[in-house]
Amino acid sequence: MDVQAGKQPKMLATARREFAPWKDKAASPLIRFERVSKRYGGVTAVDGVSLDIYPGEFFALLGPSGCGKTTLMRMLAGFEEPSEGRVWLAGRDLAGVPPYRRPVNMMFQSYALFPHMTVFDNVAFGLKQDGAPKGEIASTVAEMLKLVNLTGYERRKPDQLSGGQRQRVALARSLAKRPKVLLLDEPLAALDKKLRGQTQFELMDLQAKVGTTFLIVTHDQEEAMTVADRIAVMDHGRIAQVDTPADLYEKPATRYVAEFVGDVNLIEAKVVSRDANSVLMQSEAMSAPLRAICEGDVSPGQQVALALRPEKIRVTLRKPGEALENCVRGTVSDIAYLGDLSIYHVRLESGLILKAARPNITRFTEQPITWEDKVYLSWAPEAGVVLVK
Amino acid sequence: MSVHSARSGTGRKLVLLVPYLWLTFFFLIPFLIVLKISLSDDVTAQPPYVPVLDFSRGFEGVRGTIAALDFENYRLVLGDSLYLDSYLQSLLIAAVSTFILLLIGYPVAYAMTRAPLGWRPILLMLVILPFWTSFLIRVYAWMGILARDGLLNQALIGLRVIDEPLEILATNGAVILGIVYSYLPFMVLPLYAALEKQDHSLLEAAADLGSPPWKSFWQVTVPLSKPGIVAGCLLCFIPAVGEFVIPDLLGGSDTLMIGKTLWTEFSSNRSWTVSSAIAVLLLMVLMIPILFYQRIQARNLEAR
Ligand SMILES: Nc1ncnc2c1ncn2[C@@H]1O[C@H](COP(=O)(O)OP(=O)(O)OP(=O)(O)O)[C@@H](O)[C@H]1O
Ligand SMILES: [Mg+2]
Repeated sequence: MDVQAGKQPKMLATARREFAPWKDKAASPLIRFERVSKRYGGVTAVDGVSLDIYPGEFFALLGPSGCGKTTLMRMLAGFEEPSEGRVWLAGRDLAGVPPYRRPVNMMFQSYALFPHMTVFDNVAFGLKQDGAPKGEIASTVAEMLKLVNLTGYERRKPDQLSGGQRQRVALARSLAKRPKVLLLDEPLAALDKKLRGQTQFELMDLQAKVGTTFLIVTHDQEEAMTVADRIAVMDHGRIAQVDTPADLYEKPATRYVAEFVGDVNLIEAKVVSRDANSVLMQSEAMSAPLRAICEGDVSPGQQVALALRPEKIRVTLRKPGEALENCVRGTVSDIAYLGDLSIYHVRLESGLILKAARPNITRFTEQPITWEDKVYLSWAPEAGVVLVK
Repeated sequence: MSVHSARSGTGRKLVLLVPYLWLTFFFLIPFLIVLKISLSDDVTAQPPYVPVLDFSRGFEGVRGTIAALDFENYRLVLGDSLYLDSYLQSLLIAAVSTFILLLIGYPVAYAMTRAPLGWRPILLMLVILPFWTSFLIRVYAWMGILARDGLLNQALIGLRVIDEPLEILATNGAVILGIVYSYLPFMVLPLYAALEKQDHSLLEAAADLGSPPWKSFWQVTVPLSKPGIVAGCLLCFIPAVGEFVIPDLLGGSDTLMIGKTLWTEFSSNRSWTVSSAIAVLLLMVLMIPILFYQRIQARNLEAR
């Protein structure tokens, strides 16, 4: 993440802290997928998805290629009908409603700008379909182009624009009708990394300004975490978990989510015992017993996985205290220096390799840890997450 | 960098030379000969016109020949309503035929692009298939179908749709039918090419923005297929104006198409000079739609 990327979310976070309609029992969702499935012949693209999205949310669908993100979005836009289940929008069942009668607009991955029309006519297209008066069209188009910083480009044709400008025209066009929901299918995939980072923040700003519900599809977890209020992680047509970026990272529900979002060490273990709020586990790969805070439903003897984020593991040359739990010994086999932090690959006696991150706080450490050093890895009981699935 | 571009520049010029040479030898020079004949006078001799270019007397001879040229034949052609009627009827028949061709060709091409991917090569083959039989035979076959006691009349009478046989053969209608039948592939192919490369997501975008399918057709599909429409219409209209075989076989004695008139002038009246003048004027008439097309193209380029 670059410097800019590091700064801005904090700023926006204050404005958004209170925004959590999904926790409010009284709030009614704007979009509701109700056990929606979509099959193409033998292929199940979307498999029994239930999902609520609330007004004003910036919601991301995240998942690897082919997991059904686009299909789910196209069912909301009306380009595909579900094989099973229902899609609701603002309390209305969308079954059989054609795309041109749905109050949602989509920004296409390929932008799909009309090549024979000027920027003005592209943005005005949706408004003209509704037979809006000319003056109103002109003022809305001007407003939209101002929103995306393209004032003065009205007379250009799409092939006279750069990739980034085209993308902004597409955005203006899909916002012009003030849809209830704006669908964005990998809107930034065609942009280079730097422009993408910049545009992510422009998108967030824009969403804050217009207040429209945004549903974005992406397979870039960093992008999803940057822009979205909540993220649905998809896996083979199913929803693996829906949560805020922070909860997704800190409290993954399954091994799949833990591995997909961020970097993680997954340690297979067996539950030995549990008390009020923690479990004690034993792993064949670890020399010490493992303890982790866990409110979930696990019982002794059960096979689980302990998910440990690299940055939550301490690397030390000396044994930290007299800890018996959550402390193992190994040899540094690899170091990745990333500037702001270093990732240590530590091989345990069992052969398992754990990744641990260490921020490079000072420029020169007194006792730098190097290759082949014997080190201790330790972590707090709160650091790990016990995964059953 | 500049060396490289200079070299590829000469290469490109050489490549461009090929079509120019072709056009010079097989169009420009023959055309100049026709133009010269059109400015000469008829005689009963071999060749049947004077003056003949005489290079044996050198520069003087060429100058003498040029001095003897005049616009007599053009005055004759432009002054005689027979020729003017021929031009007008040719243009009219070609225009009506082209319009009908577009009406039939567009849905055909459109349906082809909507067909499953695997079918398209077969459908394309079917469009081109008639070319495998001689054009002349196919037009003759229409004579058999349209004649007074032909297949069509027999069928209609057999089905009791009509009592008296229809007079179709030897009318302008039969000519138009013949042109539409023969030229259909020339309309369908450019339209298909234009429609096939259209991005389907544009239609989805139009629908997404509130345009029902029939409106999207007029707002997106048709404007984007304009180059195909223009190409198809020109490919049909231009040869249709000068068409000779179809009006000769399917048309009546009152069908005055310029190709037929030219042929009569050339073979029956043995007037090379007048028929050359007709040909030159025909070319000038046909220049009009071509120039029109070029202006549209130039405007499109400018708009870029
Ligand atoms: N029209 C179709 N016919 C048949 N199979 C399809 C069709 N559309 C999608 N699929 C299949 O459905 C699955 C999900 O496709 P989808 O396009 O929704 O994936 P995605 O998550 O958007 O992937 P990506 O990130 O690559 O865009 C894929 O296995 C795909 O092959
Ligand atoms: Mg997709």
